Amino acid sequence: MSARRIFARPARFAAIAPYVWMLLFFLVPFGFVLKISLSQTAIAQPPYEPVFDLTAGWGALKAAFAALSVDNFRLLVSDDIYVFAYVRSLTVAVTATALLLLIGYPVAYGMARLPTRWQAVAMVLVIVPFWTSFLIRIYAWINILQHDGLLNQILLALHLVSQPVVWLSTDSAMYIGIVYSYLPFMILPLYATLAKMEPVLEEAASDLGAPPWQVFWLVTFPLSLPGVGAGVLLCFIPIVGEFVIPDLLAGSNSLMIGQTLWLEFFTNKDWPVASAAAIVLLVVLLVPLLLYERLQKRQLEQGR
Amino acid sequence: MRKVSRLSRFNVASLALGLAFLYLPILILVIYSFNASRLVTVWGGWSLRWYHEFFGDRAMIEAAWMSLRVAVSSATIATLLGTLAAVALSRGEQFHGRTLFSGMLYAPLVMPEVIAGLSLLLLFVALNAERGFWTVTIAHTTLTMCFVAVVVQSRLGSLDRSLEEAAMDLGCNPVRAFLSVTLPLIAPAIVAGWMLAFTLSLDDLVIASFTTGPGSATLPIRIYSEVRLGVKPEINAICTLVIALIAVVIVIASLASKLSSSRGESAAPL
Repeated sequence: MSARRIFARPARFAAIAPYVWMLLFFLVPFGFVLKISLSQTAIAQPPYEPVFDLTAGWGALKAAFAALSVDNFRLLVSDDIYVFAYVRSLTVAVTATALLLLIGYPVAYGMARLPTRWQAVAMVLVIVPFWTSFLIRIYAWINILQHDGLLNQILLALHLVSQPVVWLSTDSAMYIGIVYSYLPFMILPLYATLAKMEPVLEEAASDLGAPPWQVFWLVTFPLSLPGVGAGVLLCFIPIVGEFVIPDLLAGSNSLMIGQTLWLEFFTNKDWPVASAAAIVLLVVLLVPLLLYERLQKRQLEQGR
Repeated sequence: MRKVSRLSRFNVASLALGLAFLYLPILILVIYSFNASRLVTVWGGWSLRWYHEFFGDRAMIEAAWMSLRVAVSSATIATLLGTLAAVALSRGEQFHGRTLFSGMLYAPLVMPEVIAGLSLLLLFVALNAERGFWTVTIAHTTLTMCFVAVVVQSRLGSLDRSLEEAAMDLGCNPVRAFLSVTLPLIAPAIVAGWMLAFTLSLDDLVIASFTTGPGSATLPIRIYSEVRLGVKPEINAICTLVIALIAVVIVIASLASKLSSSRGESAAPL
């Protein structure tokens, strides 16, 4: 009997503790979100009408089922604020992901072409900002983008503008913030596929007479598609639900869904509507999430 | 015909610009934390004034202490659970609910934080748990153990299985083989996983905002409420201290992964 198989049983036991933890603190909570999204708003603490009371017996449970309301979801569909918020979230995420790909690809490509020794250094340099605080990185940009911040000082000194430009509370500030925060997530998977690519393929294409842009479009880019997919998903999914960056850098006249959810929850104390918004967000992200899961699984469990 | 250098001028330029883009903002923030002037944009000479201000700010210190405690405890629990999960996934072959298990582990890596925060809060409210240190710790553990699991799992995947098999051929039982062969080999990844969990917890604003209770704000929550009011040099000082702390953590983590690569194994990806 192979040692591999003997190992499998105790290894399976290792799953018990993390499995129970994730069921309890990851999966079960979604049940509560669903439940509360179907309940009525109440001015109470906690601010919703209880839906199920498992201790109340079967009859009460049936009555509770009858009382479930989809009002919150109806509100989400009929109220323009929410519809706009979802549309805006998706637009921002698509635009930002495209920008990230456009900026991240050349950097990853440059990294992959460095001598091997320098590649490791470059990789560390790209990872380090990922370790530093998200909030701090956004704050750093507020410093730069504010009315008399460094960017305006430089632009004025170079006589590129005659008076300070308003950067904060604009979409450009938000895109700068998003691109800045998510760039490592785009570069790393791109670099991973580009570094594995055989340079011989590109050389062969150019030896056969293809101009550089054709080598890129017909050889390099198609071969790097798995990395492009990973990078795009890794950025797109969290950006759709992003809260901090639009809240601190964008204007307040059009909100992303993460912001409306936050507002409903913390300011309006309307937990049922916030829960319904979370459920809809989850449904919107279901397909990209499943794609990401498959990718991650293939990557981590290859050779099984 | 082989080109002498594969690195074109375009490659060098995009690399340099990319790295400058990543580092300049942080560098500027750090420099201005030593600015003597109250105006964030006017340079008034070097000074430690804002650091003094921070250490005199009780509310900030309390929040920082809370964040550190949460980060250490959640990272420790997360490392334990994440390592177990990684072992189960990479050595456990097939078991019941494996797909669900890996699904639950990979989803939080990209799941928007507002969803995770809201759902955990609703659970805590339903359980009637008092919100504060423990609820934030549990929430951060849930998120960060997934990162630990991925880091450790990719290390386990790159290990040579014949080492474990050899130990068992020589009479070790599986647990003993794991403890004396596998564990020392994946130790650097476990250390790196702990560090990652620690910094992620220290950094988190959204999930902590949902799951904490009144009177127990974490450092990011405090920083966030100050930042909303505008730029303050004291915040630059606090941010610089956090960056310094994280830098120390990164150095330790990279030393740990150096240790692992000197053993002839490739380092974990993070």
